[in-house]
Amino acid sequence: MLFAFDWTQLAQQTVIGLSSGGTWALLALAIVLIYRSTGVINFAQGEMAMFSVFIAWSLVHHGLTYWAAFFLTIAISIAGAIAVERVVIRPVEQAPVLTVVIVTLGLLFVVDGAARWFWSPETRTLPNAFSTSPITIAGVAFSWQDLGNIAVSLGLVVLLWGLFRFTKLGLALRAAAVNPDESRLLGIRVSWMLALGWGLAAGLGAVSGMLTAPALASFDQNLMQPVLLYAFAGAVLGGIESPLGAVAGSLLLGVFVNLVGTYVGWIGTDLRLPVALAVILGVLLVRPAGLFGKVSARRV
Amino acid sequence: MRRALGMSLWVAMVSAGLAVFLFLPHFVSDFHSRDLAQAGAFFIAIIGLDLLTGYTGQISLGHGALMAIGGYTTAALIVHEHWRDVWTIPLAGIAAGIVGFVVGLPALRLSGLYLALATFALAVAMPSLIKKFSGLTGGSQGLQFLESSPSQVTGLSGKVTVLGHTMTQNHFLYYLTWSIGIVGLGVAWLVVRGRGGRTFRSVRDSEIAAVSSGVNLAWTKTFAFALSGVYAGVAGALYAIQNEIVNPLSFTVSISILLLVGAVVGGLGSLSGLVLGALFVEYLPTLSTNVSTREGVPDFIYGAAIIVVMILLPTGAGGLLRRLARPLTTWLYTRP
Repeated sequence: MLFAFDWTQLAQQTVIGLSSGGTWALLALAIVLIYRSTGVINFAQGEMAMFSVFIAWSLVHHGLTYWAAFFLTIAISIAGAIAVERVVIRPVEQAPVLTVVIVTLGLLFVVDGAARWFWSPETRTLPNAFSTSPITIAGVAFSWQDLGNIAVSLGLVVLLWGLFRFTKLGLALRAAAVNPDESRLLGIRVSWMLALGWGLAAGLGAVSGMLTAPALASFDQNLMQPVLLYAFAGAVLGGIESPLGAVAGSLLLGVFVNLVGTYVGWIGTDLRLPVALAVILGVLLVRPAGLFGKVSARRV
Repeated sequence: MRRALGMSLWVAMVSAGLAVFLFLPHFVSDFHSRDLAQAGAFFIAIIGLDLLTGYTGQISLGHGALMAIGGYTTAALIVHEHWRDVWTIPLAGIAAGIVGFVVGLPALRLSGLYLALATFALAVAMPSLIKKFSGLTGGSQGLQFLESSPSQVTGLSGKVTVLGHTMTQNHFLYYLTWSIGIVGLGVAWLVVRGRGGRTFRSVRDSEIAAVSSGVNLAWTKTFAFALSGVYAGVAGALYAIQNEIVNPLSFTVSISILLLVGAVVGGLGSLSGLVLGALFVEYLPTLSTNVSTREGVPDFIYGAAIIVVMILLPTGAGGLLRRLARPLTTWLYTRP
């Protein structure tokens, strides 16, 4: 070999990739959650998360600590998203899917416009959730922040899985998604389950945003746009029907994008997204339902 | 008797539409004719998108990229080959049609959201691709018609004479765009009214049932993509001619989204309301800046208007028109 391969760098870059992939995974999970119950991609998911970050910023600005603002913001986001679902999505519940998709596009503009309206366009910073000092594991230095992001993301995924798997509410949510008509006969309030799904998704998005923002030197109203694209890509890569696939797809994508950006010179930061999308396209052509998706048989 | 009445009503409506098309520029300012011409370019692209998404059920979030192919074909022919701008339009359509065909090939394996992502990827990647081939496309500077070959820009002197009529450049652009738009609408109507439309719709409603009935799925989908690409390419060419410049920012992702909004507002799966969809996406941003120019407020109003329109008209303007005309059509087509 002409040069010594730097295993330390590889390990570091992999963890950094997992860290950003983790925040994408949360947003991807939010997208999958809504997609599974309504068959609609919520294009406003990223902007809603951005709005949550600005709420968190205001709370921190008024003297709350990061973690107090963190939990308060999640609560506000869940309540806000349920309200938005009731006002905006419920009237088009019975409309064609593309109509609902366009409504979420409209919502994207509304939320983005509102954030620019309420908060001036200057750049802002959020305090770091975790210590910025490095930690050395097996001779390789990692940052606490990256490890913390991974831990919070995975913890939340497990929590959500527990909610869906072990609680009555989770069962009702799943039932409403799989078979709305029969669920209604069994006394599940399907429409409210959809609203709750929106709330949970917004909560996930809020966490994703609040983990993304401190990692940046500064942020403005555009902060979640790339995250949404990567999350969308990660969800599709894993199979948009599968929550596990969305998480795995996002983590894979995070590592892949970061390694490619580091090791392949001509890609740099500019072409990361197009390259990522091209790779996903390649994967989809081989496995049209994503890596973990099942090809579903449809009745004619 | 009723049939004859129906026919004459139809003829009356078409001639009323044509009259509006012919005389509208004389009632609005010269400047507004240019806005209307741009709406016409959107109109053409939206017809193409409706054929693909509304009739054949293939969601495209990347029609801006196909418009870019058309726009850059026109620009390259004018700037590098010194063609006259108007004559580049057919070639732009053909070029985008070929690209549409190629994009349609992977679409044979993908469906629904996966196809949406694939086309979206194309739209996202397009500006970077354009910058990469800077020799042909002028990189991030773009191609400017006025600087490089002003003699090929029709109406630069301020006057254009067509068939003995002299008009301003903006009126010329209006008539050029909307004449092509009307022809495009006619062609689309011919395609969807008979066998072709039934084939498209069968693919949209159930691929399996369509195949069982003898529809060639691969051919239908790629044909729909190619046809839709021709429309987008012509629209892109007209858009480039109107702006007299193309650069990577002319055809961003937002234009793809805009077209989809226009198609849904106009009414997917029908041709009658698409004009309204085009006018909606052309004028809404201007109207919302008129309300207030405060940071964020125009976007807020823009989004809110989209939501309100979709809640009030879930099937778009086309659906509304069909509903309004139903008593009349039922009466016309029932035997007494």
